Amino acid sequence: MKNKFWLFSVIIFLIFCFSIFYKGLDNSNTYAPKIKDKKNIPIFEAKDFNSSTYLKSKKIFEEDVFYIVNIWASWCVPCRTEHPLLMKLNKNQSIKIIGLNYRDNLNNAKNFIKEFGNPYSQIIIDSDGILSVEFGAYGVPETFIIDKNKKIIKKFIGPINKDIVQEINLIIK
Amino acid sequence: MKILKIFIIIFLFTGFSNLKSDELKSKILKNIRCLICQGQSVYDSESEFAASIKLIVDRKINEELKEEQIYEFLREKYGDWVIYDPEFKKNTYTLWLLPLLLFFFGGAIIYKIIKKKNEY
Repeated sequence: MKNKFWLFSVIIFLIFCFSIFYKGLDNSNTYAPKIKDKKNIPIFEAKDFNSSTYLKSKKIFEEDVFYIVNIWASWCVPCRTEHPLLMKLNKNQSIKIIGLNYRDNLNNAKNFIKEFGNPYSQIIIDSDGILSVEFGAYGVPETFIIDKNKKIIKKFIGPINKDIVQEINLIIK
Repeated sequence: MKILKIFIIIFLFTGFSNLKSDELKSKILKNIRCLICQGQSVYDSESEFAASIKLIVDRKINEELKEEQIYEFLREKYGDWVIYDPEFKKNTYTLWLLPLLLFFFGGAIIYKIIKKKNEY
């Protein structure tokens, strides 16, 4: 009777372990931080891409519209694929797209904009990547949606695609 | 001579405090996970993300933030996973207590077996 109890316990324990590991197989092996709560936009001062003057975050996000912060760099290949979609989004009057140029060479970045067009109403420079960390980003491209209360409500890691553009349009509506 | 002594004291003091902040910096960086090359700590990683985090940690140490405050800043940005050493909180009770529980359970079994053997 006692032996049976032990055997039963061991089997239950093994099933428990198996189910945990089996469930774990479905999980992605790369971690991507998610936004659980709405976060305030960071308070910062950053260099303007065109004039090299310093701009305060309050001034950048002063209008009563939805903002999209797009982190990009000229050396980032996926940024090129999402760029035409940003150009389309730019036509929407109820949003403003802020570009955050990440760890880039200024001349290369300017050539990139010249070649692919400028979807941004403002571009700020993040030469050491610190500003991106303040936003909670860890690579390029990343896109953040900021609502009218100046809260980050959504974050997209990687290049945006047509589905994401649709999602953004729904959020803005 | 007196001025020289003062210089030596200042030099030793700043050298010591730099050494201390360098130690703290590498301790913190070794405990932060690089989110680009996820098998490595920020200390070991050469990625762009790791370079930015190294700068941030340096800046926060200079601002005299404590180790736990720096971790809290990073947790707020990237979640608990970014720190290798998990906090003891509601979500991690099982993680911390299960090994202890298994240890006591195993100990109890061994104790029972030894006791039984001694009885015979």
